[in-house]
Amino acid sequence: MEIWAGITEAFWLLITLDADLVEITLRSLYVTLTALLIASAIALPLGALLAVRRFRARRLTIAVLNALMGLPPVVVGLIVYVMLSRSGPFGVLGLLFTPTAMIIAQVIIIVPLIVSIAHQALRELWSDYHDLLISMNTTQTQRIQALLWDGRRALLTASLAGFGRAIGEVGAIMVVGGNIDHHTRVLTTAIALETGKGEFALALGLGFVLIAMAIAVNLAIHVISRTERGGRW
Amino acid sequence: MKMTILAAITSTLLTGVAVAQEMKLAVTTSFHNSGLSDILLPHIKEDTGIEVQLLVVGTGQAIKLGEAGDVDAILVHSRKAEDAFLAGGSGTHRREVMYNDFVFIGPSDDGANLADASSAADALKRIAESAAPFVSRGDDSGTHKKELSLWAAAEVTPEGAWYNAVGAGMGAALNTAAGLNAYIMADRASWLNFGNKGDLALVYAGDPVLFNQYAFLPVNPDKHPHVKSELATQLEAWLVSDAAKSLINNYKIKGETLFVFNAE
Repeated sequence: MEIWAGITEAFWLLITLDADLVEITLRSLYVTLTALLIASAIALPLGALLAVRRFRARRLTIAVLNALMGLPPVVVGLIVYVMLSRSGPFGVLGLLFTPTAMIIAQVIIIVPLIVSIAHQALRELWSDYHDLLISMNTTQTQRIQALLWDGRRALLTASLAGFGRAIGEVGAIMVVGGNIDHHTRVLTTAIALETGKGEFALALGLGFVLIAMAIAVNLAIHVISRTERGGRW
Repeated sequence: MKMTILAAITSTLLTGVAVAQEMKLAVTTSFHNSGLSDILLPHIKEDTGIEVQLLVVGTGQAIKLGEAGDVDAILVHSRKAEDAFLAGGSGTHRREVMYNDFVFIGPSDDGANLADASSAADALKRIAESAAPFVSRGDDSGTHKKELSLWAAAEVTPEGAWYNAVGAGMGAALNTAAGLNAYIMADRASWLNFGNKGDLALVYAGDPVLFNQYAFLPVNPDKHPHVKSELATQLEAWLVSDAAKSLINNYKIKGETLFVFNAE
């Protein structure tokens, strides 16, 4: 049984703390968490802005952001690749095939997703707060701050959705990172590589490690932010 | 909290790199899948201090990376594409390093009877005549180009439901062939190292036309001033040295020699 061999392999990798596994797992976390922080810093205020402010192209902006949630990662990878290539506009920076390039690609992939979910959640909240905040004569910045703070649980869900999309993503980071051993190899690109070699047990083992890590990160963030506890829904 | 974790990870990542001299080398999937790179890279680092970062791609993409100046040198196996690369001024010169050979893999019962084939072209004719399922790389790689030239030599146009161009690397194509129980042309090294053989077996090999020459081509610093051409020169000197010769000639998988060193 291939699945069983995969579970055994994952188990061995974990209990022996395989050095390569630790390295690529840490790099996966580094790339995705950095991308997540940057993307959240852009996307959450943007989601709030879209909720409180009425402007002409608002509907179009929301529609475009919703559509971009389905961006194929490999297309994003290709665009970032062409931009960062030595013969592209940002070639002088020498960023192609570095973890930074992978972070850039992932930020582009998850910003539309986080904005869309954040906006959806804050829109409901805004309809509750609208009259109160207007009557208090608040500035737009204050309104956005109030929404972001009081909607933080829903925004956490938005960010975690972004994390989920980024951590499991392989198409873009394979193209812009190049899957270089000890440099840009992460869990997902290692899985693709081992599949290509026909080493299904090892590939599955890495896959189970990836799933376990995603669960661990989600749990950790919930514990830190004290959500899902009795009396504090 | 998130920040502290990040800071810890960043510091561990940063301390590991930056000291060694690094260069980027685009190599073909067949070279990497053979496992030879895992043997050579630590020795290269030990002897020259160069940390070679491998980009494992098809020959087509390797050439593209070299043309754009995104790598410092390429190690590929497709003579025509290499000559075009040099003619375009993207590379300084071409240095032959070693060769291996291509083999035909197929279902172990060998329905198209490739075992009796007189040449590689004859083997392909037998596949076409029996319309046995065949998997082609279809990705513009060196292996794919070789396969196309053999079809031309056999005077057969490969088309029809039996011909499956998968547009993927060697490993992925072998996975597909294992799934379809189909014929496929692969390099010997990738085949021997492949972990998911299924019902497949080696059915034909040995025609001299199947020899597969690997060459090292440094990217031209006149065209791309940022490339690390000094490191590429050092690496080339190592690749044609006696140290490389014995490592390459003695590399065996399951008792079989894979590569023959032939640098001059």
